[in-house]
Amino acid sequence: MLHTVNKSSFERNSLQSCLNTIDDSSVILLIEDGVISAAKNSKSFMLAELATQGRVYALQGDVEARGISSKLADNIKLVDYAGFVDLVIENGTAVSWV
Amino acid sequence: MKISIQINEGPYQHQASDTAYQFAKAAIAKGHEIFRVFFYHDGVDNASRFTVPPQDDRNIVNNWASLDIKNADGEPELVVCVAAALRRGMLDEGEAGKNGIDGNNIHPAFRISGLGQLIEAGIQSDRLVVFGD
Repeated sequence: MLHTVNKSSFERNSLQSCLNTIDDSSVILLIEDGVISAAKNSKSFMLAELATQGRVYALQGDVEARGISSKLADNIKLVDYAGFVDLVIENGTAVSWV
Repeated sequence: MKISIQINEGPYQHQASDTAYQFAKAAIAKGHEIFRVFFYHDGVDNASRFTVPPQDDRNIVNNWASLDIKNADGEPELVVCVAAALRRGMLDEGEAGKNGIDGNNIHPAFRISGLGQLIEAGIQSDRLVVFGD
């Protein structure tokens, strides 16, 4: 499954809820304010293990719009909208944590 | 693949409609079919033909209309939830007539219909992606 998270973990606990719920084959895509969780020194430790496994993506345009391109935590994969579409196709059901 | 989209938020206040539009555009560019876009809750406000943003800003309503998402019968597949629309003052010609109101504001690239259209989109499509806030 693909899980999209669109809120910063400083604003809501949707990322934590997502992490508590997902199975071993799921991937996470951070979009909109969700990309703030991809920054180093944010609450990115929550994602670190999944990122090491290559299962955390962030939407590049939203990362750039928020000025955190140079502060990305390790192993976060950036995708554009075409990459977003590919993730939806490849991962079956898409769940939106809003 | 057939993809449908559900949008739960209006334009400009939240990013949901912008993200959904960019996603839909990218999906079409990759050769996928957007079966239906369903506008629900405050998302119905994306269908107002009276939207006039400043000239240097994007026009979200026209952006959606420009995708020209239609079915084989030529009907728009940008579908606005009727109950959500009526309670927010979003009416097409038919609903305005039925309710005795002297105007209508649904953009012609959209159509009003019921929640069954969302369920059908979920059944008919390979993927349903929700955008909200």
